[in-house]
Amino acid sequence: MVYDNDVRSTKATGVHAEGLGKRFGELWALRNVHLAAPAGTVLGLLGHNGAGKTTALRILTTLAVPTEGRASVAGHDVVTEAARVRERIGVAGQAATVDGLLTARANLEMVGRLYHLSRNDARARATALLERVDLAGDADRLVKTFSGGMRRRLDLAACLVASPPVLFLDEPTTGLDPYSRNQLWELLRDHIRGGATVVLTTQYLEEADRLADEIVVLDHGKVCARGTPSELKARIGGERIVVTMGRRDELSRAHAALDPFLEAPAVEDADQPRLIAPVRAGTRLVEIVRALDGAGIDAVDVQRREVTLDDVFLMLTANSRAAAAAEAA
Amino acid sequence: MMASHLISDSLVMARRNLAHVRQIPEKLLDVTLQPLMFVLLFAYVFGGVIAIPDGSYREYLIGGVLVQSLGFGIMGPATAIATDLGEGVVDRFRTLPMSRAAYLCGHVMAELAASMLGVTILLLAGLIVGWGIYSDLPHALAGVGLVVLFAFAMVWLGTLLGLVVRSPDSAQGVVFLIVFPMTFLASTFVPLGGLTPVLRTIASWNPISTLAAAVRELFGNPTGMPPDPVWPLRHAVACACGWALLLIAISVPLAIRRFRTRTTG
Repeated sequence: MVYDNDVRSTKATGVHAEGLGKRFGELWALRNVHLAAPAGTVLGLLGHNGAGKTTALRILTTLAVPTEGRASVAGHDVVTEAARVRERIGVAGQAATVDGLLTARANLEMVGRLYHLSRNDARARATALLERVDLAGDADRLVKTFSGGMRRRLDLAACLVASPPVLFLDEPTTGLDPYSRNQLWELLRDHIRGGATVVLTTQYLEEADRLADEIVVLDHGKVCARGTPSELKARIGGERIVVTMGRRDELSRAHAALDPFLEAPAVEDADQPRLIAPVRAGTRLVEIVRALDGAGIDAVDVQRREVTLDDVFLMLTANSRAAAAAEAA
Repeated sequence: MMASHLISDSLVMARRNLAHVRQIPEKLLDVTLQPLMFVLLFAYVFGGVIAIPDGSYREYLIGGVLVQSLGFGIMGPATAIATDLGEGVVDRFRTLPMSRAAYLCGHVMAELAASMLGVTILLLAGLIVGWGIYSDLPHALAGVGLVVLFAFAMVWLGTLLGLVVRSPDSAQGVVFLIVFPMTFLASTFVPLGGLTPVLRTIASWNPISTLAAAVRELFGNPTGMPPDPVWPLRHAVACACGWALLLIAISVPLAIRRFRTRTTG
């Protein structure tokens, strides 16, 4: 069998999940999650640590069995046809699951042999991929001597060994420096252009924005929003004013002072005394500054900026938490 | 379809473990150098003061060191599997279209090979210090068979231990805590006749004594048996086989089940 950089042709059909749920003891790590990534598209799963992203990925990659619901990958059920699913997927894990005590080349050859390539094909494929992920010069070094970025690139190469039609990437760039991140994004784009279906999880909104066709935002195991990056942005309005204060106790007065200008409720930053406020189009910065000054608020910094996915995320998760709190009360 | 790949996939896995040994040869110290040190220590330092009723001490010694070394063979598989589980590399294997059983099979193959390497080195050293096989060929082959069977049991027991403990370090601690007293409170290094009555009772019923007696008997070495041996020592070969088979019957299914639960969910 000859592999090249194009994915194997496949009639089916990306990734689909219906009503997926996973319970650990009393806790539902995932509940009633629907996902759809038609063949050739990139689905981004966005969420904090513990939002259920990794659990979803573990189910889709046959590592975990769902408590309820079902999912299919490349046309095969992840539970009843797990073996067929595994022939059609490549997985790059959060922990960069490569073997530190083997060389980079030996890692890829081993993976190739386990995809049942012949010895020669496995060797040729390893050489080509090492070239492609820019590790040819380090091919015969032990992986435990690699930097984080090099391990991630090798991990990505390992999941491309059999040119699988569906790729799963669990936080592929977490912990990488900006240079390595860009490098990895380039690699991914290459493969996506080859027609692969990709499901990736990320905490980086920029990553989802740049790579994903559709984004699903997860919070506490539930879907709290979905849509294309531009749809999500549109739902949240256009511009943001970010007001940073000296003290946290000024936040409530700032809410009141900003209220006349707002399109939707302002969101508080969890880390510092800062309000992120969606303002009506045409609001002038000077009006905001005057209102704050009039309320006697010691604003350290006032900025106007375009909406980012961060805002989308912040607002949606804040909303769903408020709803959950209201439900509980 | 998956079953047809079991052998080739297991070999890929076994080759991976052997590549690890090439990178960190000290992984093999517990089965190679450690028994050699015990041979030298007991043959030349303590041996002079230990009398064996039915032969030379050095001929008696090797069977004991062999059994002790097989006992410490729990360590290798336990730390190897605990390390793998800690690093998440097993997850990678589980998303590949490889045979489900290949990971454990390859692991057991590689660990058994390491164990056999240790046995070979030990027996060669034994030949140098004056040990030998004095039985006929069938008995000698049966002796080798018993050693392999027990080594197999120890590899699976070690695998089970590695799957139960939290880290490779705790595996090492547990092995020392169990194997050390078990292999010294036995006929491993001293004949049972020289022990105080309470210790002699414990050591007589210790399966390690049974196994050492069986190996000595099959290789035609002195057994240093007291005049009134307990029942398992009178039927040492059969009992040693029984112990090994019992350990295998317990540890194999438990290890497989534990592996499934540790890597699923």
